[in-house]
Amino acid sequence: MWLFKSSVGRKVVMSVTGLFLILFLTFHALMNAVAVLSLDAYEAVCEFLGANWYALLGTLVLAAGFVIHIIFAFWLTLQNRSARGNDRYAVTARPKSVEWASQNMLVLGIIVLCFLVLHLFQFWAKMQLPEITGGDVYSGSQALEATFSQPWVLPVYLIGFCAIWFHITHGFWSAFQSLGANNDKWLCRWKCIGWWWATIVMLLFAVEAIALTIKFATDSCPCIGELI
Amino acid sequence: MENSISVKLKVWRQANPKAQGEFVTYELQDIPTDTSFLETLDILNEQLVERGEEPIAFDHDCREGICGMCSLYINGHPHGPATGATTCQLYMRRFKDGETITVEPWRSAAFPVIKDLMVDRNAFDKIQQAGGYVSFNTGGAQDANAIPISKVDADEAMDSASCIGCGACVAACKNGSAMLFVSAKVSQFALLPQGKAEAKKRVKAMLQKMDELGFGNCTNTGACAAECPKNIKLSNIARLNREYICAKCSD
Repeated sequence: MWLFKSSVGRKVVMSVTGLFLILFLTFHALMNAVAVLSLDAYEAVCEFLGANWYALLGTLVLAAGFVIHIIFAFWLTLQNRSARGNDRYAVTARPKSVEWASQNMLVLGIIVLCFLVLHLFQFWAKMQLPEITGGDVYSGSQALEATFSQPWVLPVYLIGFCAIWFHITHGFWSAFQSLGANNDKWLCRWKCIGWWWATIVMLLFAVEAIALTIKFATDSCPCIGELI
Repeated sequence: MENSISVKLKVWRQANPKAQGEFVTYELQDIPTDTSFLETLDILNEQLVERGEEPIAFDHDCREGICGMCSLYINGHPHGPATGATTCQLYMRRFKDGETITVEPWRSAAFPVIKDLMVDRNAFDKIQQAGGYVSFNTGGAQDANAIPISKVDADEAMDSASCIGCGACVAACKNGSAMLFVSAKVSQFALLPQGKAEAKKRVKAMLQKMDELGFGNCTNTGACAAECPKNIKLSNIARLNREYICAKCSD
């Protein structure tokens, strides 16, 4: 299978899964906006995405997207390190046109993965998982409150968002390059579209996290309320 | 009008492919700034021979930027700090008086060190042998209007064909990927009608050989194109990806 055996094929897998995850993040940011605007409407969204067959199928596809992207990332990195050889350069310089993110995608990805695990524990493990296994199921607003009422959550989330922003600013145009959908004209266009896409989506996440922290943390910790 | 500078050259010395290499620093006094970098190494080698030491082995041939033999990773850049130029086109006026210049060989598993700064770049020849040609008799040159080719395509193919196969792209890439080289060699044919006849077979064969030889996977950092002495563009890699994906999908 050329998708596994050839270097271009492996990059196609990274591109397709990566673009799929960007699309998922975009929908996720839009759904979060519902929580900020109305908790009742958010409950309806959570109900819709509970342990229904279509939501479970969606979760499986999404999980597969993550798992494949992550496994291929480590696989490609191991291959690339061995292709580099055992001797490292004593002096290296990064040319101006080379983005910092492009050379640190694995590190950024690992930060995102840690953030993802934390995020799954805070939400998925309290909402969809107990619905399947049986147990204490949190409603959407309960899970939000349990998470955002803790003051340490916001800075951690913002760090996660920054890592995702860097990861996407390179990943977005890189995906189209790997798929061959690029040329001299479109290189700048994809970079520009990717930058704006990442910025808008991550800003949306950041604003939502700040709004939810203000909403829930001010109740449990009055000092924050006074600060605001 | 000539200025002279004194520099320290920190050079990678390795007796043979299996020996443990190390950096050795040499001091050079009063080098005219109009001396090329390779001439500076020549001057150093003459001094080494006079002292009865082993001269530094390094690749060079035409010394006018077209043969692709010279290499050298100088101060963190393949072919040194100048852009769009090979090491033989690099002059000492690029460096400051008293500067320490670090000179390393290309570092890639597919380019093993033969001696000192000299690496084995046969892997590129093997990729070319796998498909970097047209295998039919093209005959004599036809009238220019017999096969119409747009100026844009002709220019693009010519730009791709300007790749001299020096290996700076592999040396610059953190993944040791040869995608820029292979993409240039695939593009110079893929863009022209004469090359289209065998395009699918060519791209599959060359890419398979590239993977076999242990080059890395491209992660689109763009360091290759930034360091290429012939300014081969990153869009060639997109074309290679496109050609390969289309060829595989039509199997």
